[in-house]
Amino acid sequence: MSYFSDIYSGIKTLLTGMSVTGKYFLHARKGAITQQYPDNRATLKMFDRFRGEVVMPHDENNEHQCTGCQKCELACPNGSIEIIWDRGIDETTGKKKKKIDQHIYHLGMCTMCGLCIEACPTDAIVWAQNFENSVYDRTKLTKVLNQPGSKVKAGIED
Amino acid sequence: MIRFFSITKNIHEWLFNLMPESVASVVEMILIAVVYLLIFAVAGLYLVLLERRVAAWFQLRIGPNRVGYQGLLQTMADALKLVSKELTGTEKADKFLYNLAPYFVIISSLMALSVFPFTQDFQAFDINIGLLFLIAISSIGVIGILLGGWSSNNKFALIGAMRSGVQTISYELSVGLSLLTMVLLTGSLQLSEIVEVQKGGWLIVQGHIPAVIAFMIYMIAGTAETNRAPFDLVEAESELGAGFHTEYSGMKFAYFFLAEFINMFIIAAIATTVFFGAWLSPFGITESIPILGVVWFLGKTLILVFLMMWFRWTFPRLRIDQLLTLEWKYLLPINLINIVVMAFVVWLKITI
Repeated sequence: MSYFSDIYSGIKTLLTGMSVTGKYFLHARKGAITQQYPDNRATLKMFDRFRGEVVMPHDENNEHQCTGCQKCELACPNGSIEIIWDRGIDETTGKKKKKIDQHIYHLGMCTMCGLCIEACPTDAIVWAQNFENSVYDRTKLTKVLNQPGSKVKAGIED
Repeated sequence: MIRFFSITKNIHEWLFNLMPESVASVVEMILIAVVYLLIFAVAGLYLVLLERRVAAWFQLRIGPNRVGYQGLLQTMADALKLVSKELTGTEKADKFLYNLAPYFVIISSLMALSVFPFTQDFQAFDINIGLLFLIAISSIGVIGILLGGWSSNNKFALIGAMRSGVQTISYELSVGLSLLTMVLLTGSLQLSEIVEVQKGGWLIVQGHIPAVIAFMIYMIAGTAETNRAPFDLVEAESELGAGFHTEYSGMKFAYFFLAEFINMFIIAAIATTVFFGAWLSPFGITESIPILGVVWFLGKTLILVFLMMWFRWTFPRLRIDQLLTLEWKYLLPINLINIVVMAFVVWLKITI
């Protein structure tokens, strides 16, 4: 008689489902995934893998890790990155050496694909976790990533 | 000790001293109607809010909490918005029926509210065929849905309305028969007498196994009667837009929406009255304070409303053939056997 076993399994599976949602209901206060955004701006922390914008971290001596190899510029599918580079004389060896003048990043064109960061051999550019990117003028979306007067960290190219 | 009876009696005497008898009774009826209308318009709005908060908690969200403290004024603001909206309609709609339909739905659900015993004296209309009246009134609402779907000249609305007809006609049987099972125990259709019988113990305890089965069938069929998920084929959003009220906007839409929530309250209130002793407190703990009956009645009703919300946010929607299979193959035969079992229980006096 599958009729009665159908009724039994029907009720059993319905109760199983209700117990699952009931557990969610009881934990809703602690486990709520909603962020009440403008209110919790001070404490809101985005997760590590969030892709906000590309930044170039500088250390306390105003030194970055970009060697100007242009791999990121080549990797970018829509030309969001432009590197203006120059040649300088290396003090220690006296040889001519490539260095970046300006690492220009067009945030307005960026699709956050992350290919530039994967391509970078020295981890000079990374993802930032900020997300409040709106500005009143489009030109403000064109950013120069290296800070003025910065230079490449010694020993990065070895 | 405050009793509703003393307050209403004072108003009653004052009215009858003020004007001739026939005018006074009409005025009294209008007053009662206005009071019920106000209470349940607000109650319906708060049920909508409750539904939204409960839904949010089931889905690990927070829900509306911006308008007023914890969002308490959210649905008031929504209602104001709906009142101020334009009433649109289709070109080739049957205008008369199209405009009439929302009133059928809302009036039938408000009429049903009049017979509930909220507490000992707080009952507008203690008719001696109370349960029959409730079952009859709750099936009038579907006429409004059918009219609305048919007259708005929209294929989605028509399909939704026809599905509603199929569903309500089928499940009406189960609602009626499961209540009939309990009538075997009470021996009366009058709601105040049904409550009187339960002074020794709620009917779900008195009738033990058949009463529990009847309660389960009633809750399933009642959820289907109100056209709520998992039986919301009538307005299946993924298939039919908004179902029978696709073409309605503004206040007319709000009537349908409010009626759905008041209907949910009615289904839960019938279950409270018939199975859980209406305004009676468990073991008579607050018997000396009759005004607390309202609190007990609303408390029990809200627990059952919550159960229906729990159903809604747990179960997936049924297909139309599954819906009919559930009713005609499972609920109805079980219900018929259950009536016989209950008859034996009452005959052999093995109630608790």
